[in-house]
Amino acid sequence: MKRAQADVLIVGGGFMGAATAFFLRRRGKSVILLERQLIGQQASGTNFGNVRRQGRLLAQLPLANRSREIWLRMPELIGHDAEFLMSGHLRVCYRSEQADMFETYARDAKQHDLDLEMLHGDALRKRFPFIGPEVLAGSYAPIDGHANPRLAAPAFGRAAAKLGAQIFENTEIVSVEKEGNEFRATSADGRTFHAPVVLITAGAWGSTLSEQFGEPVPIAVHGPQMAVTEPVPYSIAPAVGVSSPQIAEVVYFRQVARGNIVIGGCARGPAFLDVRRAKVLPQSTLLQFRQAQRVAPALARLNIIRVWSGVEGYMPDDRPIMGASGTTSGLFYAFGFCGHGFQLGPGVGDTMAELIDTGATTTPIKPFDIRRFAASQPPEGGPQAAPQLVPAT
Amino acid sequence: MGEPRIVIVGAGPAGVRCAQTLLAAGIRPTLIDEGRRDGGQIYRRQPEGFTRPYAKLYGTEALRAQDLHETFTRLRAQIDYRPQTLAWNIWDRKLHIVRDGEASALDYDALILCPGATDRLMPVKGWQFAGTYSLGAAQIALKSQACSIGCRVVFMGTGPLLYLVASQYVQAGAQVAAVLDTSAAGARIRALPKLLARFDVLRKGRALVASLKRAGVQMHHCIEPVEIVGTPGQGVGAVRFRTASGKIEQIDCDAIGMGYQLRPETQLADLARCAFRFDALTRQWLPQIDELGRSSEPGVYLAGDGVRVLGADGAENAGRLAAHAALIDLGRSEQAGALDALKREQRRMDRFREGLAQAFVWPAQQAAKLSDETIVCRCEGITAGELRRVIRDEGAQEANRAKALSRVGMGRCQGRYCGHAAAEIIADAARVPLEQVGRLRGQAPVKPLAIATVEDTE
Amino acid sequence: MNGRFVRLGETARAKVSIVIDGQSIEALEGDTLLTAMLCSMRHVRQSEFGVEKRAGFCLMGACQDCWVWTDEGERLRACTTVVEAGMSLVTTQPEAQWANLAL
Repeated sequence: MKRAQADVLIVGGGFMGAATAFFLRRRGKSVILLERQLIGQQASGTNFGNVRRQGRLLAQLPLANRSREIWLRMPELIGHDAEFLMSGHLRVCYRSEQADMFETYARDAKQHDLDLEMLHGDALRKRFPFIGPEVLAGSYAPIDGHANPRLAAPAFGRAAAKLGAQIFENTEIVSVEKEGNEFRATSADGRTFHAPVVLITAGAWGSTLSEQFGEPVPIAVHGPQMAVTEPVPYSIAPAVGVSSPQIAEVVYFRQVARGNIVIGGCARGPAFLDVRRAKVLPQSTLLQFRQAQRVAPALARLNIIRVWSGVEGYMPDDRPIMGASGTTSGLFYAFGFCGHGFQLGPGVGDTMAELIDTGATTTPIKPFDIRRFAASQPPEGGPQAAPQLVPAT
Repeated sequence: MGEPRIVIVGAGPAGVRCAQTLLAAGIRPTLIDEGRRDGGQIYRRQPEGFTRPYAKLYGTEALRAQDLHETFTRLRAQIDYRPQTLAWNIWDRKLHIVRDGEASALDYDALILCPGATDRLMPVKGWQFAGTYSLGAAQIALKSQACSIGCRVVFMGTGPLLYLVASQYVQAGAQVAAVLDTSAAGARIRALPKLLARFDVLRKGRALVASLKRAGVQMHHCIEPVEIVGTPGQGVGAVRFRTASGKIEQIDCDAIGMGYQLRPETQLADLARCAFRFDALTRQWLPQIDELGRSSEPGVYLAGDGVRVLGADGAENAGRLAAHAALIDLGRSEQAGALDALKREQRRMDRFREGLAQAFVWPAQQAAKLSDETIVCRCEGITAGELRRVIRDEGAQEANRAKALSRVGMGRCQGRYCGHAAAEIIADAARVPLEQVGRLRGQAPVKPLAIATVEDTE
Repeated sequence: MNGRFVRLGETARAKVSIVIDGQSIEALEGDTLLTAMLCSMRHVRQSEFGVEKRAGFCLMGACQDCWVWTDEGERLRACTTVVEAGMSLVTTQPEAQWANLAL
């Protein structure tokens, strides 16, 4: 049987895996990246495409900042910009409780270099004339933006391969085991891949693998409900999202340079790990129509031409799994990004590469430690964490 | 059980005969149709207020068209007929429809999909210029609006429709400059045994060609389209092609009707999770059906050109068969024996379909020869070169991956007119068999859906 | 009439007046919007991603190439819309401010 060897095996070729492969190669580590389908096909390729820091858990902002720096340098780093548009991010709300929350967040986020501008009523509509009369207030992040999820992970994958990463697509891994100081990943067709270090970036399937090392996590699997309009003249610059305690109101949309408007939110759809598919429910689409018109009434004139979904992994505390294994040395994780991992992709890759290479990270990732779900320990920072009023986008 | 709920999509030949068969068995089906009037495409009805008689509109098929329309007129009050209604999605055994901006969902015990077909197109350089139309469009302009698509029309492509539409145009007084057929005249002879399965159609076809010759229409066989010459502002000005002897010729025209037979509208079957199989003969993916029209999904039946193109007669037959299949499966039929004649008829039509595919070949090899600057995806304006680049430089070898990276198939038409050619280009550039390229994954809505759509709260 | 389509018959129908790009043109009752436009002019819209004008393609509501803008910024698929008196269309893209509401 053919046997392949490297410094690091990465299991899961989404954004996190592809980015880490790239950054490990820059650190001189040999890498084997294993992907069951094609790079970036699941959550990485089907998410909304927000590249935002606004709205994140404060403890996640350092990682988001690190990632943002890389987004800005992507053309020089990997020769591709993934259509990143730094056109701003606008969070809006209908109720004063949310507006108050925006203010609180804006104050707290300043310490993490996130400068937000609060706008109310007519001032908001003057600045963003597409905003409808129902909207009460907005919080604007001028240097957030959005990009094309279909292109980002594959671009990182190609860049990693160019640097010498060995990438095996269409390679389903059926087991990962440790023998002595070495891990062995075995594919469905009997090939084996060996390394002293393994990184699990298998997204929604992450727990299936972490469980093999005694660290299952309560990951829930959902499909984002996405739709896109026909291309229309470019008019709406920022990515826009509603903040509300009612999930059904949480619609978001962004207009791409070519003119199509991507719409998501309001609901989650069923996703199936076994067939690796997720579904957009017809009622989700109709609900998005209603909600999108509340935010930007002019959208009512347009047609959608396509819907899509993908398989995303969600943790109950809305934080990912990131960091070293709690049970097995040489084993690392970065999965379960709760539908808000796209902006973090480059930063996660850079941080995990640093962790694997040096044993530590300059960016705090303790809140994402897998040990918080260990049965014998209470979750760290779980019940005390500020309630998330903004479901992840 | 109570009255079974049977929903038919499509009021063309298949859907109408399906409804008729169900009514005869005492079942009142719901019939959804996108159009304003019944009849589908080949027997498309002219708008109310138009005066042309059937003989003028449908020629040799006048009696069949009339019978179909009159059948529908008789049964329309006895069925739940929903015109101008789009079926945009299927989920959880409900058909999602929209009419006049109001969305609702229909439960069904049996769903019979008869959505018909569209023209099958192979791109040619310049086909994005105004004045380029599908063959079907040229026919609709005449039949449904009493118009010619231009002052001087060239028809190009292959298939019996090429000659039919050209002949109809000539008879209606339009100026037809030429008929350019990519197939060899000889191919018809070779396919003759299968074509003889529908001798009446074959005979009519020969008569069409003769009438065109008499009208002085230039006809070329074995041609290779080279370019539709035009300007961005004025549109089509001429068509250039390579003759059978290798010479490049140019014919002035201001309109082109182009098509290479038909391709089934399979989006609803896809959303219903029906299994598809690769049809090597016509080089496309078709939903699987058994001999009665049962799909791989229990309760979902497929009939007419929307599953495989057999033409109107075949569609009418298929509609009847699918109705019988649903009746049998719902325990409402004792007619198993009477089906033998219908099944025999369907096999005869299948043989004819194979003959047609052999006689009027999908020009797959043209795809590889398309210049890099030729537009492949009309909706998104993506060229063959851009598509080839994602295969060569980004490793795409499969239809959906190539779409994700190049945008081919991402436009409003969702790959209806570029999908087949794109697959051929991918197969050629990636050097993989066409079957391995796969097919574009269907997504709702089947056609653009207005954001202004509201849910019917009744 | 510098139209693209040529009427071959059925011309004894009632006239219907519509406006295209600010100019009044005459159509006939029963025309689709596409027919109405193309009997007076040679295109119905500007391609989004190319320099060329477009004039429809399939005439059966499948290709989606004939979606046009009304002068109020609404969308109509010309080949499946029956012409109605008073319709007002534009054959160019609306301005970038199409999404903005009047304050």
